[in-house]
Amino acid sequence: MRFYLYGFMLLMGCQPLWAAAKIDHWQTKQGSRVYYVQTEGLPMVDIRVTFDAGSARDGDQFGVAALTAGMLDTGAGNWDADTVAERFESIGAEFSAGSSMDTATLSLRTLTEKPLFDKALETMEVILVQPRFAAPDFQREKKRTLAAIKQQEESPGAVASIAFYKALYGSHPYAHPESGTLASVGALSADDLKRFYQRHYVAANAQVVIVGELSKQQAEQAAEKLMAGLPVGQKPAALPEVAMPAHGGNTHLPFPSAQTHILVGMPGISRKDPDYYDLYVGNHILGGGGLVSKLFKEIRENRGLAYSVSSAFVPLLKPGPFLVSLQTRNDQTQQALSVLHQTLADFIANGPTEVELLAAKKNITGGFALRFDTNKELANYASMIGFYDMPLDYLDTFRNKIETVTAKSVTDALKRHLDPALFQTITVGQGGK
Amino acid sequence: MDKKLMLLLLLGLPVASSQAAAPKVSEKVLGNGLKVLVKEDHRSPVVVSQVWYKVGSSYEPGGITGISHMLEHMMFKGTEKHAAGEFSRIIAENGGEDNAFTGRDFTAYFQTMEASRLPVSFELESDRMRALHLLDEEFQKEREVVTEERRMRTDDNPQAKTGEHFNAVAFTNNPYQHPVIGWPADIASYTVDDLKVWYQRWYAPNNAILVVVGDVESASVFELAERFFGPLKPSDIKPLKPQTEIEQLGVRRLTVKVPAKLPAVVLGYKVPSLKTANQEWEAYALEVLAGVLDGGSSARLSKELVRGKQIAVSAGAGYGLASRMSDLFELEAIPVEGKSVYELESALKGQIDKLKQELVGAEELQRIKAQVSAAAVYERDSNFYQAMQLGMLETVGLGWQRADEYVAKIKQVTPKQIREVARKYLLDDRLTVAYLDPQPMEGQTKNEKTK
Repeated sequence: MRFYLYGFMLLMGCQPLWAAAKIDHWQTKQGSRVYYVQTEGLPMVDIRVTFDAGSARDGDQFGVAALTAGMLDTGAGNWDADTVAERFESIGAEFSAGSSMDTATLSLRTLTEKPLFDKALETMEVILVQPRFAAPDFQREKKRTLAAIKQQEESPGAVASIAFYKALYGSHPYAHPESGTLASVGALSADDLKRFYQRHYVAANAQVVIVGELSKQQAEQAAEKLMAGLPVGQKPAALPEVAMPAHGGNTHLPFPSAQTHILVGMPGISRKDPDYYDLYVGNHILGGGGLVSKLFKEIRENRGLAYSVSSAFVPLLKPGPFLVSLQTRNDQTQQALSVLHQTLADFIANGPTEVELLAAKKNITGGFALRFDTNKELANYASMIGFYDMPLDYLDTFRNKIETVTAKSVTDALKRHLDPALFQTITVGQGGK
Repeated sequence: MDKKLMLLLLLGLPVASSQAAAPKVSEKVLGNGLKVLVKEDHRSPVVVSQVWYKVGSSYEPGGITGISHMLEHMMFKGTEKHAAGEFSRIIAENGGEDNAFTGRDFTAYFQTMEASRLPVSFELESDRMRALHLLDEEFQKEREVVTEERRMRTDDNPQAKTGEHFNAVAFTNNPYQHPVIGWPADIASYTVDDLKVWYQRWYAPNNAILVVVGDVESASVFELAERFFGPLKPSDIKPLKPQTEIEQLGVRRLTVKVPAKLPAVVLGYKVPSLKTANQEWEAYALEVLAGVLDGGSSARLSKELVRGKQIAVSAGAGYGLASRMSDLFELEAIPVEGKSVYELESALKGQIDKLKQELVGAEELQRIKAQVSAAAVYERDSNFYQAMQLGMLETVGLGWQRADEYVAKIKQVTPKQIREVARKYLLDDRLTVAYLDPQPMEGQTKNEKTK
C-alpha cells in the first residue's frame, strides 16, 4: 500500500519499545491472591474482588449465587442500602456486585485522592465482610429477580440461550440459568443466601485485582484491609467434569417473534486447554473476527440473512460452550441453518487457508495493544489471569503463541474439539420445523 | 432495556475533565472545510479515528426514514478503488477494528488501531467520503440485513417497540418522531437512487468532522489529514429547515399492546436541549435534575420508588442535553407485581411534584457534583469515549469546547434553578405517557426448568 511507508515514519510515537503491562502478584496474610498493575496518568483505581462463587456453585438452589452477590450492597454493618449507596456516590465512586457462571465479583472504581479512596475502600470492606441479608431487603430483591426472570421470558434471545445451556450441559452445574428459575428463586430464603455467603466468600477462595495509580505499598495495604475480616475458609471442591452430549439434538421452541433465534454448538474448552491458541485463531477466522469472518460473509454479506452472526469459544473452569448464533426472519430459518451447518462442517473438515490464517494473525497481533489500552481492560485481563490461574506473562507471550499457530494445528484442534454429529441446535421463533 | 441504556449514554454526555493535566484539543479546519480535532493521549500506543457527518434520522423527510442508517451500511460496500468488504478487510489486516453508528443527529464511522496505522484509516475514510460505489445488487442484500436489524432491535423487543410508538405520539412535527432505523414501509421502499441523492447531499468534507484521539502528535495528524482529505472537493450544503415542534396543548396518552410478560410506563416532558434553550443554565439545571432522580442507587427513583415505596422493580430518568433539537425529559419504570402502571405513574409524578415544591438539599446536590467530577476522570480511561464527546458536540452544532466547560457549568447549578426548570417544563400540558400493556405470548412453549 503506497501510503503506508511515509505514514508509518511520520507517526512513529515516542515509544518504539513497548511491552505489555507488568502484573505483580502476591498473597495476603490469609492466602488471598492479589494481582496488581500500576498505571500512571489518571488519579483513579479499579479494585475487583472475585470468588469462585458463580452459578456453577448453586447446587440445587438455582439462582442463589446471583441473588447473594446482588444483595451484598443492600445493607452491611450499620448501614442500610441507602447509606451504602450514599457513601459511594457522595465521593463519585462506582460500585457493583454480580456473578457469572464461574465467579462472583465486587467491583469498585474510585478516585485515589486519600480521603475519597479511604472512604470507598472502607465501604467495600464492610460490604465484603458484614453483609446483612436482612429480611425486608431480601423480599424486595427476590421480587426484582423474579421480574427479571419474567423479562427473560419475553426475549427470544434469552429463551434460546437458556435452552442452549440446558441442551449442552444436561445435569452439569453449567446447565441452569444464572439467575435461576421462577420456581427455584421463589423457594429461596434469606438463610440460604447467608449459608452460601459463609461457605464461599472466604479468603482462601478470594482474589483481589488492583489496577490504577496506587503504589505497591498502597495496593498491599488495600488488599490486606479488604481481606482481613474474612475467615480463611477453603476453596470449594473442583466442579464435576462435563460429559459430552451422547448425540446431536434439535430443540424448537415456538415464540411469537418476527425472527427465529438460532444457536448451534457443543461443550468446547476449559481456560487452560493446550489447544486454546489454535482454537482462538480458528474461531477468529470462522466467526469471531468482527466484520470479516467466514460466517459474517456467508450469512450476512453474501445472502443478507441476518444482522448479527458470530461464533465463540467461551472457556471456563470446565469446558464452556462453543456456540454459533444468528437471528433471521422466520421463513428463512431453514436456509440460514443449512448455510450455517455447511460453513461449520466445511471449516471443521478443511480448516483455514494460508491466506485466511495470515490475515487473522495480522489482525490479532497487529491489534494486540488495543486489548488492554484502558485500566478497565487491564483489570479484566488481570482478573482472568488470576481466576483461571494463567501465567503472569500471558499478555507478554500472547503474540508469540499466536505466531506459532499453523493451518494444520488449527485444523487438528478443531477436529479434536468439534464434532458436528454432537451439535445441539436450538431454534426459538415461528420458523422451527 | 435498550432504551434505558441509550438514555444513560446521553445522560453521561458530554463530560470532560477539569483536571489541570487534562489533554487539550487541537483544532484545524482544512481549506475544503473539513474540521480536524486531535486530542493527544500517550498512555497507550493506540489511536481512535472517527469521521462524523452532520446527518442522521432527524434530517430525513417522510417516506425515506432510516435512509441515513441504510447509507451507513452501504458505506462498507466499496468505492471505485476498493471492492465491497475491502474496507474492513484492510483495517483488520492492519490489526484494527472498525464499525459505524447512526443517531438522530449524526452518522459516525470509526477505526481503532495501533497508532502507527492511522494513515491506513485516513486513506480509506477519505476515499469513501466522495467516491462511494452504490450498486443495486449490494444494496438489495444489505436492505435485508437492515430489515433483520429492525426485527431484532425493535419488532421483537416489547420495550423498544413501546419507545418507538411513544416518540411517534409525543412529537407532532419534530423529526425525532421517527425511529433512527426507519419505518418498515420506508425501509422496504428505498431505491439506490434515494441513497445516491442522500450521499451526494450530505457526504462532503465541509459537512464532516474528523476526530483523532490517542498516541499521536497533533501537527503530524494535521499534515496527514491534509494529505488524504485535503484534495476532496467541498459541496454546497443546503441548510436544514427548522421543523420546530408545535406547542403541545395537553397531555397525550397511548397504550402499546404487545406480547410480553411485564408492563411498563414511560413519561416524557417536552424540554429544551442545550442547543435550543434560551438560557443555557436551564439545560444544565435539567441535567442535574436528571441526576437527582437517577444519578445512581442513592438517587431518588431507586431510593424512594424501588426501595422506599417498593412500587417499581426498576425506574430511570434521562435527559438529552446534547440533542440538536428540543427533546423529551423521560422517566420510565416497571411496576412490581401487584401494582399497576397507573399507580406507578402517580408515584413518578409525585417525584416531579416534589421537585417543584421543595428545593433539592445541599448534600444531594453535592453528591451529583462529586459524581460529575469523578466521571470526568474515569472517562479519560477511554479514547473512544473522549472522541465521541467531541464528535457529538460538533455535529449538533454546540462545538467541542462545551466538553471543557461541562463540569464547571454543572457546579454552578443551584437548587432554585432546579426547582425553576421543574416548574417551567415538567407540566402535564407538555407530557406524553405510554403504557406497555402485555398480551399473552401465544404459541410459546413453557420453557421453565424445574429442579
